[in-house]
Amino acid sequence: MWLTRPLRERSTQLFLGVLFAALIVVTALHLLMPQDSALYVSSYTVTLLGKYLCYALLAVAVDLVWGYLGILSLGHGAFFALGGYAMGMYLMRQIGDRGVYGDPLLPDFMVFLNWDALPWYWQGFDMAWFAFIMVLLAPGLLALVFGFLAFRSRVTGVYLSIITQALTFALMLAFFRNEMGFGGNNGLTDFKDLLGFDLRTDATRLGLFLATGIALAIGYVVCRGIVTSKLGRVSVACRDAEARTRFLGYRVERVQLFVFVVSAMLAGVAGALYVPQVGIINPSEFSPLFSIEIVVWVALGGRATLYGAVIGAILVNYGKTVFTGIMPDAWLFALGGLFVLVTVFLPKGIAGLLFDRKKTKEEPDTPAQEATA
Amino acid sequence: MGISRLLSHLLLACCVLWPGHALSQVEDTEAQQLLTALADSSFAEKKAVVNRIASSGDDRARYWLESFGANKLGRLEASGQFIIVLSNRGRNWTVEDALTRENLGEISRRDIDTIRVNNALRNELEGILSVIDLKSPDEDQRLTAARALKGSVSGTLAERLPELIEAEESASVSEALTEALAIYKVEEQGDIAAVATLSGSLNSEARAALQQAMRSDDVALAAAAAKAMDSIEQKLKLNRAAETLYFGLSLGSVLVLAAIGLAITFGVMGVINMAHGELIMLGAYTTWGMQQLLPGQPGLALLLSIPAGFLVAALAGIAIERSVIQHLKGRPLETLLATFGVSLILQQLVRTVISPLNRTVITPDWMSGSLMINEALSLTLNRLYVIGFALVVFAGLMLIMRKTRLGLDVRAVTQNRAMARSMGIKATKVDILTFGLGSGVAGLAGVALSQITNVGPNLGQSYIIDSFMVVVFGGVGNLWGTLLAGLSLGTINQLLEPWAGAVLAKILVLVLIILFIQKRPRGLFPQKGRAAEG
Repeated sequence: MWLTRPLRERSTQLFLGVLFAALIVVTALHLLMPQDSALYVSSYTVTLLGKYLCYALLAVAVDLVWGYLGILSLGHGAFFALGGYAMGMYLMRQIGDRGVYGDPLLPDFMVFLNWDALPWYWQGFDMAWFAFIMVLLAPGLLALVFGFLAFRSRVTGVYLSIITQALTFALMLAFFRNEMGFGGNNGLTDFKDLLGFDLRTDATRLGLFLATGIALAIGYVVCRGIVTSKLGRVSVACRDAEARTRFLGYRVERVQLFVFVVSAMLAGVAGALYVPQVGIINPSEFSPLFSIEIVVWVALGGRATLYGAVIGAILVNYGKTVFTGIMPDAWLFALGGLFVLVTVFLPKGIAGLLFDRKKTKEEPDTPAQEATA
Repeated sequence: MGISRLLSHLLLACCVLWPGHALSQVEDTEAQQLLTALADSSFAEKKAVVNRIASSGDDRARYWLESFGANKLGRLEASGQFIIVLSNRGRNWTVEDALTRENLGEISRRDIDTIRVNNALRNELEGILSVIDLKSPDEDQRLTAARALKGSVSGTLAERLPELIEAEESASVSEALTEALAIYKVEEQGDIAAVATLSGSLNSEARAALQQAMRSDDVALAAAAAKAMDSIEQKLKLNRAAETLYFGLSLGSVLVLAAIGLAITFGVMGVINMAHGELIMLGAYTTWGMQQLLPGQPGLALLLSIPAGFLVAALAGIAIERSVIQHLKGRPLETLLATFGVSLILQQLVRTVISPLNRTVITPDWMSGSLMINEALSLTLNRLYVIGFALVVFAGLMLIMRKTRLGLDVRAVTQNRAMARSMGIKATKVDILTFGLGSGVAGLAGVALSQITNVGPNLGQSYIIDSFMVVVFGGVGNLWGTLLAGLSLGTINQLLEPWAGAVLAKILVLVLIILFIQKRPRGLFPQKGRAAEG
């Protein structure tokens, strides 16, 4: 079985071990320590860590397409945000008549816009199972259509990157419009509860944190499973020599499409877990800057490793939290500097720095140039 | 302030010392008589006096009558001297002599008798003033007066208009007068013959008159008016199309300017420079800086910032190339990321060093205002200049690439780097120069953009995606493709905007490009041959 194979790998075992240990330690410190202890983990920190884990899952999704398929997606924020919006719509419907305007059916912003009926695409989001399916389907379908069009006409490399960026840019502009019915500029917020659990209680926050950790573990194993399967090998082959793989008889565009859609769905799940923890989803998640930031997490951690993506996401976002707290102006300098330093001096990222022992021959860092191949 | 006060006191002193000086001329005594008549006669008689003043042929008549209509013609109680009130705030009014136009300084308002006017006289005055303007020897003045008359012709003026039209030498003035008269006739008399004159007119007053006629009870008149209205609508539609095209070309030329530098660095060198937008921003800030250095001379500053903007952006570009891009040769995706980091740093640098707020760049006088083609279509000058500038920059780049040694070297290195090097071309030097050239052009784009949009730290960001779209749409490595793609994307955007809204139009254009790439993955003008494989 392709899913159980990674469980027998040492690297996966190690990753899962560290992850679960961290989850347990945080939970224990949160629940057992007295509030005034130095070791106590506040529920604010728990939520913050949960947010990092969402980003980590998103980074794993990006690493899957960038590291193992050679597609630099500058639009993964779009899939993340779509998953988030699907979850947000469910949470909005759960508010019911507890909103400011007290309308039993319509979310507040629709009442504010004087709408008298729920738009058709909001139907069904009062049911949790439907919303959770949409979390996977919405980004998945977008990736399917977009990927089908792009890969069929063999748009690759920088062209694809630019177009994915245009995609998320277009979606951002679209979601900023009030007429779209997604809350416009303000997005969706003011959530009350999820599956009947009050989002403001510490227990729910801890639960969400743990759920995110488990989602990350599953996502990691799924990606690892794909990467070590035969499909994964073909996808690496596509990355290194697309034309040659095609000449060998593989349907390159199908492999690319499959991996791309899986990655988009993972990003959607990350978005869905992110929204209840931060309590808001708005069009800024579609901004090209966010999407490109994700890429730098992966680049810093080291691509084509998966665990590197997790390390990168957590490190950069921790840095962001610290920096924006003490000197907000410096953050963009630091981020910009990070982009330059990582690409110029650390092409293999932190993972490369830590674990780069003997497999230099096997590590195909740069996709070989087709013309020279 | 102090000096002008002193001067006016001096002038006042002169008047007091030689009181006969200003009034010694015969013409002035006559004028004095006329004005006295105006001041002393009853309202009924004033009309005749006004006409006498108007037909006196005196240059100053218009000024007197205008001031009279505005309640600003007065007489000093003590001396009987006629004055014109310049400012009537406070207790002391600033006045000047009506005959000599000498500034008399401030005079207590209790010493001034304003010559009274009523509404009937004011209406009369309006017509009389127009006639004075229409008789002016200056053709431009006549034309302005004739145009202003449309929709505001009074009964008495209408009687005099035919003879004025008869006497008029300039065709455009008599045309405007005929139209003004026709509007009056349609509005007041329901004249069918006049309706025909109005058909095809683009004046809004003419349309209002026709609309009024269309509602009239006279069936024949209403039908004629409707027909005339139809022809006007047709003409308006054409004008609107021309306007949309103009806006499209204007937006397109901006896109071309922003994208053409990218077409060189991305297309010719294969380097993705995400900091290109920030180089544009640097150009715009250079313009702002120049204007700060040369306060009061925005025009000169703008002209100087063309070379300055080019230099600043080119140097910044070369610095980026030397420090970052050259280390990432052959790794396009990494180049993209690294230059994106550079763009973040540059943006934040501007925010920290200058300000996070938008800066105002002054548009010089010769660039503001608009060029009036006809009454429904006027082209704003600054955009016209930008279109011209874009074409000049494009032509210049074309020349450099086709006719100079640098262009030859660049093309050689692009086609086959190894071969070019073995022929003795210094590839590294060519890289630096090409990158400098492309970046410099981005600076030029910034100088142009500073005249039509806000100059702020986010200026570049808003153009970078569009610029890439233009380059990809036009076909990488093809300057003609960039020109055509930029202009057509701008026009398509403007065509979609009226019925889709600005944001949706932009989204639609992006979707269109994504679909277009399906059909032609290499753009409008794909590279052919070996270069295409690289």
